Amino acid sequence: MSTAVTAPMLIDFVYHEAELLDTGDFDAWLDLFTADGVYWMPLEPGQQERRLVGSLMNEDRVLLATRIERLKGKRTFSQQPASRCHHLLQQPRVLRVDDQGGEVRTAFHYTETRGDEQTLYAGWTTHHLLLQDGALRMQLKRVDLVNCDAAFGNIQLFM
Amino acid sequence: MNANHWSNESLQALIREREVHRDVYTSQDLFDLEMQRLFSRTWVYVGHASQVPQVADYFTTTVGDQPVVMVRHAPNDIRVLYNRCAHKGVQVVGDTQGNTGKYFRCPYHAWTYRTDGSLLAIPLKQGYDSGGLDACEAKQGMRAVGAVHVYRDFVFCRLSDTGESFESFFGDSLSTLDNMVDRSPEGKLVVAGGVYRYMHPCNWKMLVENQTDTCHPMVAHESSAGTAVKVWKAAPEGTPKPAAVELFAPFVSPYEFFEGMGIRTWRNGHGHTGTADSIHAAYSPIAGYWEAMQAAYGEARAKQILGEVRHNTIYFPNIMVKGPIQCLRLFKPIAANRTLVESWTFQLVGAPDELLARTLLYQRLINAPTSVVGHDDLEMYERAQRSLHTRAAQWVNVGRLYQANEAEQDEAVVNGTSEAQMRNQYRAWLKYMTEPQDA
Repeated sequence: MSTAVTAPMLIDFVYHEAELLDTGDFDAWLDLFTADGVYWMPLEPGQQERRLVGSLMNEDRVLLATRIERLKGKRTFSQQPASRCHHLLQQPRVLRVDDQGGEVRTAFHYTETRGDEQTLYAGWTTHHLLLQDGALRMQLKRVDLVNCDAAFGNIQLFM
Repeated sequence: MNANHWSNESLQALIREREVHRDVYTSQDLFDLEMQRLFSRTWVYVGHASQVPQVADYFTTTVGDQPVVMVRHAPNDIRVLYNRCAHKGVQVVGDTQGNTGKYFRCPYHAWTYRTDGSLLAIPLKQGYDSGGLDACEAKQGMRAVGAVHVYRDFVFCRLSDTGESFESFFGDSLSTLDNMVDRSPEGKLVVAGGVYRYMHPCNWKMLVENQTDTCHPMVAHESSAGTAVKVWKAAPEGTPKPAAVELFAPFVSPYEFFEGMGIRTWRNGHGHTGTADSIHAAYSPIAGYWEAMQAAYGEARAKQILGEVRHNTIYFPNIMVKGPIQCLRLFKPIAANRTLVESWTFQLVGAPDELLARTLLYQRLINAPTSVVGHDDLEMYERAQRSLHTRAAQWVNVGRLYQANEAEQDEAVVNGTSEAQMRNQYRAWLKYMTEPQDA
């Protein structure tokens, strides 16, 4: 079995990952991260610093698992009714591909709904993907909202 | 104006000793009156001096519903001006912050103002002079607020020209700001790490009340803080406690812990949780910090500073400060059912960076629009904002551990699960909302 990473594999990964979120399969989604994987949403445009500048999210697997567990909780009142989400992706653009993995940038429109409320967000994701045990995993998923410094209401799911 | 039909008697009828009428949360009329009276007569937080370090540096914000610009006019002189051109009423300064150089210039007709707001120049000025500008309000330039007071780099203003002094309004409550600043080995704070801006479709007072509401964390935050603890406990034996779990876990402490934490109230609506203990008391030490504090203050004083573990301090009407972790939340009223919450973080000058990193982690976990703890709380505020419209029942209860003599006390320390601070806020609310009796 060949393990060579190709550009189409990287692109397929991005579509598959969004589909897991849109169908609410968060446990399978979490499995797409490496053990040290991070989901990062900067607070400021073009942000590079993660420790000494705030982020909307900078979640390791423990924090992601907490969020996912919480979504299922009987006493998670902000999810009664539950939120749903929808990703509309532009064709992902492969920035780098090599034997180990690659980097892909994707423009998106993301919609999060709850009850009668529907909120639209726009931005770009950058996936840093790594080949592990024959499968691609996210070492970093960076989500840059075009208005990351705006005042938001609740953002409860994942972009 | 609509709001002025509220007589003193009708305002007093809204606030009972143990109950508050729902109109204080739902009535836009009352909100407008709050903006005219409460936010004009009290000392309201504007910003921090470190946001305008150089002469002519500015920062734009709101005080109540009033657009203002805070500007450093001279090295030791910070002014707060209404961000309104004297000519057509246009917002003069558009950016949130920057340096304006020698003057502010209105983008519409190029009227210019010195950084104290006085009129500098008008194109084709003769036409205004011959037209009698001297007799017009516009002659006064960009108007300054009634009074400004900078306390250890925290900038407050009173919109009203007359009223209570800064010292009289805050009294001993300033000890929380003192403690936060003293936690810097150099006695200096700077705003750092960006600001979290979180829009809340609810009344601003729900947020202020929540800050000293110690009977909700173990209930409302079971889903967030409780789940974080559960996820960590399910990790393989020997997994070190993540920093996030250390910050989350105290939220789901039992009632007894919060009872023992204590609450202190001061006159004029100020007060704090955490007189004896708090959810910030047991964080792990950060390498190098104690040494820096000891070198700066000596062991005894350093111990005294760090031994103060106040949880949430309310500076009435609309900020909350956490001394032990250096953050400030500003509850900006927008409408009766809309509030912008800004969570600001301060760096302790001369202390290790790790303290800033920890507070930023706290802010992200607790106060960001992406925070699960924030989601828990906002859900409760939204449900309240909706269901307070019930006509069959119209009073909100704030009666827990009520004591008959509490209104007369300038300062009191009570059980940590008392709603004394909420009642204290409403007594102050009534004081600044009603017209003085001799008027």
